[in-house]
Amino acid sequence: MKKYIKVTATFDCDGNLIPEYIYWDDNRKYPIDRITDVRYAASLKAGGAGIRYTCMILGKERFLFLEENRWFVDAKETK
Amino acid sequence: MNILNAVDQNKYKKDRVILHSDCNGFYASVECLHNPKLRNKPVAVSGDAENRHGIILAKNEIAKKYGVKTGEAIWQAKQKCPELETLSPHFDLYKRFSKMARRIYSDYTDRIESFGLDEAWLDVTHNIGKNGYETAIEINRRIKEELGITVSIGVSFNKIFAKFGSDYKKPDAITLITRDNYKDIVWNSPAEDLLYVGRATKKKLNKLGIYTIGDIANTPLGFLRKHLGKWGDLIYGFANGYDSSPVAHMNENSDVKSIGNSTTTPRDMKTFEDVKIVMYVLCDSVCRRMREQGFMSRTVGISVRDNELSSFTRQYTMDEYTNLTKDITTAAINLFKKSCKMQRPLRSIGVSVTDFVHDNIPHQMSILNNEERLMQNRELDKTIDRLKKRFGNYIVRPAVLIGDNGLSAFNPKDDHTVHPISYL
Repeated sequence: MKKYIKVTATFDCDGNLIPEYIYWDDNRKYPIDRITDVRYAASLKAGGAGIRYTCMILGKERFLFLEENRWFVDAKETK
Repeated sequence: MNILNAVDQNKYKKDRVILHSDCNGFYASVECLHNPKLRNKPVAVSGDAENRHGIILAKNEIAKKYGVKTGEAIWQAKQKCPELETLSPHFDLYKRFSKMARRIYSDYTDRIESFGLDEAWLDVTHNIGKNGYETAIEINRRIKEELGITVSIGVSFNKIFAKFGSDYKKPDAITLITRDNYKDIVWNSPAEDLLYVGRATKKKLNKLGIYTIGDIANTPLGFLRKHLGKWGDLIYGFANGYDSSPVAHMNENSDVKSIGNSTTTPRDMKTFEDVKIVMYVLCDSVCRRMREQGFMSRTVGISVRDNELSSFTRQYTMDEYTNLTKDITTAAINLFKKSCKMQRPLRSIGVSVTDFVHDNIPHQMSILNNEERLMQNRELDKTIDRLKKRFGNYIVRPAVLIGDNGLSAFNPKDDHTVHPISYL
């Protein structure tokens, strides 16, 4: 399921946009420990396309997408 | 463009490598990407039925299997496929995806010529390290990965055969048409598969016993010319692989030959006042677009379609070149008055301008015209353009539009500016 989320990101001196923290529903702030890959990609699961950041968050690999000026992730559906 | 230039056999010393990339069911594919739940259902993107724009604009592969066709009415499509999901279009999204595809193409060449939002020719002759077919495979893969949609690509030595190739096998396919195989692939296909052979030309050709593209190629040119005029030269050249038109550079604006807007109104136009309201809106958009692009025009055209779908077009050439909204609107309304008696209610009308000169050419003042008024109107248009740009289309409007939002509440300039493009 596509879920737009709040992200804190910075521009480095070369103009690269680097996400640093993501914010979840419970208002908790999760730091992005490492970004292992950045590329243009589509997400068939969440339904969208943009720049995909492969992030390590709490030791797990997660995809974070920048779709124009919004960030989204593929979230598990809660029942 | 001179037609004979378009089919000049001796223009290039060496064969070019041209790709034509066509996004499959573009609007529907983009919608399905964004709505994963729809992916296994028959889906079509359609205009707004309530505003009587209810035709199918694009469909996905599943809907295609049911026989749903682009251009047919929603009810016709639903008869073939009752469970068809119809969605309203999101043109901004499609434009974004079109731009993303162009970004990928630009990694391989700077000669990219768009043909609508979903198609483009690429001249990759000078792409070092990969041949045309390999480049096509890579583009096909990247579009899938980066955009989440599929493309069919035709690879050939001219634009016409490349386009033919992208239509030949779809979706998600690559067709290579070379000098060795074009007679097997292209020539055995029906004549109407060739660009520029539409319904009317097909009918004419069939009457002459010409059914395939190979038949066109093997018919003596004089015979085709006799029956089709200069188009005979063109399709004869296309069928034989002589198309020599270049792929435009990505920074070149293709030559604008006309600017037009048309609309099907939410209700039929029954009186002249109704027509006048719609004409004002259309002329405002056409003139603003003309001024934005720095043109003045001398010829105004109108197209009219009544509620029984019979239609006609008329043109009028003015004495002077102009881009003033007032002049064009007056000319269009007068042309309409002269040519339409409104015996039946009207369903749609359109306004277009052609015959352009740049607006910076010196202006010969006339002692007969009221030049002061001309300058005032020019300033007025400039001011209105600025206001509309800053505060939106509806910030300032002619008084004639007040009171009938049913007919005038549309913005042809910005609503979905996907202007049709012609090949020549």
